[in-house]
Amino acid sequence: MPKTSKTNPQGYLYFPGCSLKATGAAYEESMLELFRSLDVPVEELDDWNCCGATSYMAVDEDSAFLLSARNLSLAHKAPGKRDLLAPCAACYLVLRKTQEYAKKYPSIKKEVSDSLNAVNLPGMNSVKVRHPLEMLYNDVGLDAIKSKVKRRWRGGQVACYYGCQAVRPFDEVDRPLNPMRMDELMRAAGIPTVDYSLKTKCCGGSLTGTIHDVGVRLNYILLKEAVRKGAQAIVTICPLCQFNLDTYQKEITKATGEHFDLPIFFFTQTLGWALGGEIDKLGLKRCISGRSQVKDWMMSREEVESYV
Amino acid sequence: MEIRGYWRHMFQFRKMKFQREAVPEWPHKVKTLPGCENIFSCIQCGTCSGTCPLSIYMDFTPRRIMSLLREGFRKEALGSETIWLCASCYSCAVHCPQDIHITDVMYSLKREAIKENLYPKRFPIPVLAREFYEIVKRRGRSSEMWLVLRMAFRSNPFILLGMAKSGWALLRTGRLSFKSEGIRNPKDLQRELAVKREVA
Repeated sequence: MPKTSKTNPQGYLYFPGCSLKATGAAYEESMLELFRSLDVPVEELDDWNCCGATSYMAVDEDSAFLLSARNLSLAHKAPGKRDLLAPCAACYLVLRKTQEYAKKYPSIKKEVSDSLNAVNLPGMNSVKVRHPLEMLYNDVGLDAIKSKVKRRWRGGQVACYYGCQAVRPFDEVDRPLNPMRMDELMRAAGIPTVDYSLKTKCCGGSLTGTIHDVGVRLNYILLKEAVRKGAQAIVTICPLCQFNLDTYQKEITKATGEHFDLPIFFFTQTLGWALGGEIDKLGLKRCISGRSQVKDWMMSREEVESYV
Repeated sequence: MEIRGYWRHMFQFRKMKFQREAVPEWPHKVKTLPGCENIFSCIQCGTCSGTCPLSIYMDFTPRRIMSLLREGFRKEALGSETIWLCASCYSCAVHCPQDIHITDVMYSLKREAIKENLYPKRFPIPVLAREFYEIVKRRGRSSEMWLVLRMAFRSNPFILLGMAKSGWALLRTGRLSFKSEGIRNPKDLQRELAVKREVA
């Protein structure tokens, strides 16, 4: 018996963050397309500011909390009691951390409310911050997704890579040690997944830009393990993971002599494709590695016509 | 840099630490910071170092940093590359049997290192953190493109040569935005950030 959908009829707000406006543009496009095919209204948070990511916390903790507090406050001010979706793992973590720390430490709470008062913004604690993965799993549900599958997956097995900050240290998105929700979503959409043991190992984040060799090496380990497990593509939930794994494959091939040419997807891209989203709107052309596979599996004419 | 042969004796770093070099009251000060409450319950089991994806590239593993911190070896802990290599993946914090938020401890050390000017100079990570801080403070949003450019010019412009190829790939797929993003009223944000916590 299919479970009733628990999605909020008023829809959701979403906080794109800096990545989804530039290197992770495909994430935003495919997420909007996916929610459109699921009939879930989403709206961008008006006048959002940067979440502060990992760097801000390293320079000035107070300011990092205040930056997130402004976003949470704007979400609280927005009409309707809507949850705030944060697709980027770093944004999700920082927003959640601000809420948790404001609850735990009275001094931070006081500072946040003082500074929000100074610019006439309301408080922030009633807003629920959520990740689209958890929202799709809990609110939309596997059965609803299974019943809405429109295209049959012709590609290879995929490795589901969760990265670090979405599942750690908060366990609301998924279990920190062995997350399975993305795997279950993929299987519900008819996409086979492999048992990927490095699914929560760090990709190095911004290290590929700063200490390049170390960052690239971390990505090499991830790619090698995925190939060893028989995966022909990797599906991620974080724009930075996708960027790192996608961009440096040629370089890794050159440095190690092992050939890597795997397409790296956002989970919203594969899911949106299976649920019948418009192919041009899923950002598939923004893939850098494995472009021929993407074309064969998802963009060729026959493929489009063979709806199930 | 590795020094070989005879010269090694002259330049070898002393591994031994002496009690007189420690600042015993420092860890008690760190303990009062948010997230650092449990630092004295560390049992030196090494789970953090084992689970850390970057510990093999660090000069002190996370376990050693915890030990240096507890004993009060301030200069060594704050001057280490470890705290900057930490990518804050929270693996240590989740696995720690004593529930120490090691990532938060690392963040506190980073902040103190910047404040005391003890961070390794020309090491690109603290430079990136500071540039990011400045951009967001001024405009409310960061743009990855400008951030990377500024980071490179402040630390080591030759980094850019290695990035040219991936930059071209990103440009071709429309993933490089030259737009300088911002919020509508950055002044408001600056006003908000100016309200600081009164230190108790």
